[in-house]
Amino acid sequence: MDYSKQFLKKLYRTMLRIRDCEESLVEPMIKGDIRCPVHLYSGQEAIAAGVCAALKEEDYIFGNHRSHGHYLAKGGAMPELVAEIYGKTTGCSKGRGGSMHLTAPSQGMLGSVPIVAGTISLAVGAALGSKIKKEKRVTASFFGDGAVGEGVLYESLNFAALQRLPIIFICENNFYSTHLPINECRPKNNIYKIGSPFCVASYRVDGNDVLKVYEAAKEVTTLCRKGIGPAFIEFITYRLRGHVGPDDNIQGTHTDIRAEEEIERWKKKDPIKRFERFLRRNNVLAKGEMDTIKRATKEEVADAHIFAQNSSYPKDGELTAYVYKS
Amino acid sequence: MSTNHRTLSFSLAINEALMQMMGSDETIFLIGQGVKSPWYVGNTARGLLEKFGPERVIDTPVSENAVTGAAVGAAISGMRPVVVHPRIDFMVYALDPIINEAANWHYMFGGAVSVPVVIWGIINRGGDQGAQHSQALHAIFAHIPGLKVVMPSTPYDAKGLMISAIKDDNPVIFIDDRWLYGVEGSVPKEVYSVPLGKGIIRRKGANVTLISISYMMVEAAKASLELEKEGIDVELIDLRTIKPLDEELLLESVKKTGRLVIVDGGWKTCGVAAEISAVVAEKGFAYLKSPIKRVVLPDVPAPASAVLEKGYYKTSEDIIRVVRETVRGRGRET
Repeated sequence: MDYSKQFLKKLYRTMLRIRDCEESLVEPMIKGDIRCPVHLYSGQEAIAAGVCAALKEEDYIFGNHRSHGHYLAKGGAMPELVAEIYGKTTGCSKGRGGSMHLTAPSQGMLGSVPIVAGTISLAVGAALGSKIKKEKRVTASFFGDGAVGEGVLYESLNFAALQRLPIIFICENNFYSTHLPINECRPKNNIYKIGSPFCVASYRVDGNDVLKVYEAAKEVTTLCRKGIGPAFIEFITYRLRGHVGPDDNIQGTHTDIRAEEEIERWKKKDPIKRFERFLRRNNVLAKGEMDTIKRATKEEVADAHIFAQNSSYPKDGELTAYVYKS
Repeated sequence: MSTNHRTLSFSLAINEALMQMMGSDETIFLIGQGVKSPWYVGNTARGLLEKFGPERVIDTPVSENAVTGAAVGAAISGMRPVVVHPRIDFMVYALDPIINEAANWHYMFGGAVSVPVVIWGIINRGGDQGAQHSQALHAIFAHIPGLKVVMPSTPYDAKGLMISAIKDDNPVIFIDDRWLYGVEGSVPKEVYSVPLGKGIIRRKGANVTLISISYMMVEAAKASLELEKEGIDVELIDLRTIKPLDEELLLESVKKTGRLVIVDGGWKTCGVAAEISAVVAEKGFAYLKSPIKRVVLPDVPAPASAVLEKGYYKTSEDIIRVVRETVRGRGRET
């Protein structure tokens, strides 16, 4: 095994932080303390953790409606994330964005937005800027299988390939576009092939295996840094929660239409449990060490909620601030 | 004002702005369809490719959505791009990156990141081109919070507003009209700015305020000269920026003249002229001696046939007729 203990521990910690943070939002959502639409990332943690482990701090990422995990994995601060979800002025977007508009520019997390596929072309532009400035920076664009239905993805693949941009297109295929299963969105479940006509190197990888995710991301980021971009990776995964809210297609409606057996089947492939088995089998982390990480993570999450709850809401008179940069 | 003036065409004034700004800041680049082709963008891009290379003068496939998005994304990451749409009709494909992304970005992230991008659309009216090659869509963009929208009418302002648009930290929609490209005017050689959000009085007058923008300024100026011969003293205002509106300037003028005619090359309903009318009705109603009048396009797609075009596009004659009616109190309908 070529990985350092420190590296594996960090991967584990990143996934756990995301999971615990996500699950901590469920109760406040049900109670109504959190009001904005929240799309939980539970079940997909290996992708954010693995990809961001292959990126450097100066590399850029763009996200989507389900991006708490991307934000945290890239180094965004948890208290500012939770405060943003509560609509507080200490949030990463000062309460103007909510769960679906996250940013941590100092960490290279340039923004997540809920327009499906809306940030793909923006990521292409960030990569174009890096190319013009002759930087070695790589940009990763995270989107779901639903985004594959948007035309801008194909324009972006073509233009990125024409310009040989250092960008990784990352499709997290969780098989559902909101409520609609992939077989009702595409004649064939073969998303990884869409890069080929544009001569974009394309891969399909198990998105619930964090080391496989990391290896794939590492390989393509290395190529991108050498000027051999772009790349397209389809990660196969599954969300353990509903499209939005704890278990819903529409928050508050308890309308997850997915078969119970299907969800149970995927719970067995839970990326965190899988990685824990790996860490134990290979004697990387003893149970005591794992428990210590778990305790620290729980504490971090609890502190983030306290920070958010103690923060103030934006004031009435601040409505028009930030429309323009003055 | 500088003494270092000489005469330059409108399109070469834009070209000079791009040349000087790209020369002074390596984060500025030009991207869009036809930047290699005078057939597309006139001579606005003349010499840029030779001087700055294909890395910073990027001709693109017909992919307005992704290419505009790329310009917006580059701006988010610290560049200062200018993205050009040689026909503004095609810019409609790019409404998502313009409206959802660029316009909202600074606000929805609480001011964390700004979007210093210039989105440049060229209006290409007339010539039997019909509905999809002739539209003036500026009002759509003026409707959107977070965008600034400029529409120069002179070579001096074309250069100065392009420079200001590039320097501004917000997304600026720069809209010009192909019919202006040959217009000559005095332009300083050095880099200078025309402030965003500020109109200008082109001609002082006492009887009626005539407000216009972009190409329609040419027709409005012609009308003003004719009207002077009849003893109607027009105060002619060139808005230059339609968002944010220079309310102070236009209200001051209406306060003085008591009459207002607005000339716009866009459609009537929910157009710029409608917005100006609303502002004056709300804040300057007491100044008005007669109803506000609009000289604008009818709510009809642009026709192709020259016969129909003649009735569609407004000219100085239409303006003269409406100003006369406004000043002399004849007629309530245009």
